[in-house]
Amino acid sequence: MSMFSILGIAGSAVSAQSQRLNVVASNLANVDAVAGTDGQSYKARQVVFQTVPYGNAADAGVRVDSISENQSPGRKVHEPASPAADAEGYVTHSNVNPVEEMVNMISASRSYQNNIEIMNTAKSLMLKTLQLGQ
Amino acid sequence: MLDNLTNSLDFHAKALVLRAERQRVIASNIANADTPGYAARDFNFADALRSATGSASSGAPLRLATSADTIGSGRSDARHIPLDGSGGGDLSDSGGAVGYAVQTQPSADGNSVDLDRERAAFADNAVRYEATLRFINGQSKTLMSAIQGQ
Repeated sequence: MSMFSILGIAGSAVSAQSQRLNVVASNLANVDAVAGTDGQSYKARQVVFQTVPYGNAADAGVRVDSISENQSPGRKVHEPASPAADAEGYVTHSNVNPVEEMVNMISASRSYQNNIEIMNTAKSLMLKTLQLGQ
Repeated sequence: MLDNLTNSLDFHAKALVLRAERQRVIASNIANADTPGYAARDFNFADALRSATGSASSGAPLRLATSADTIGSGRSDARHIPLDGSGGGDLSDSGGAVGYAVQTQPSADGNSVDLDRERAAFADNAVRYEATLRFINGQSKTLMSAIQGQ
């Protein structure tokens, strides 16, 4: 039955969105991480989605193509007492923007919910098709 | 004789296959709502059904939409880009062409999925799919009671 691939398409989107949620979670977890002795602090990560053909020409799933790192410099905070401070007394934090991450999280969870609903609708339609003629 | 009985059942069966296909296309659009550069796709159900059943559908009980005729083949909206046949892939067993939707609210990443439109189309298509199922169920029940004579 051709409707079965809806589950695959929506499933690919659900797994891509959950990977996006995972990346947001690691960004938020590292929001206050400071740079070590090498001066390299945590860089905010972001998923890059890509369309993948799914069977027919018009069917398109989605997958995470790559995870890109935000290369902007980390936040510098003047904390001379910290053991992680550099020669001028500055501590380099991660470059994660918590507001951006929260917005990203809401967007990912809404997209996740949308695709779950697609799967539920497709499932109930398929069950009704199975009962055809009874 | 049996041909006459099953003609309209056959019509609904083709409509059901097309509804399932449209459901898949819309599901692809919603799956790619966050993919940069993805162009939303859809097809004109009336045109696809007409080409699947043959132009003069024999005793088709459905009144097909005529306003869509003026828009052109493969499109369900006047803002869709018309297809010249070489671009979009043809639907395998329907004969209808899949067109691309034009952005209603342009976004910087080039994604043309309008999530509200797609969700509405998905719900609409699901209801129509179920309606076609009920048509088939009702007709097969009618046929069965005619055959059994009870």
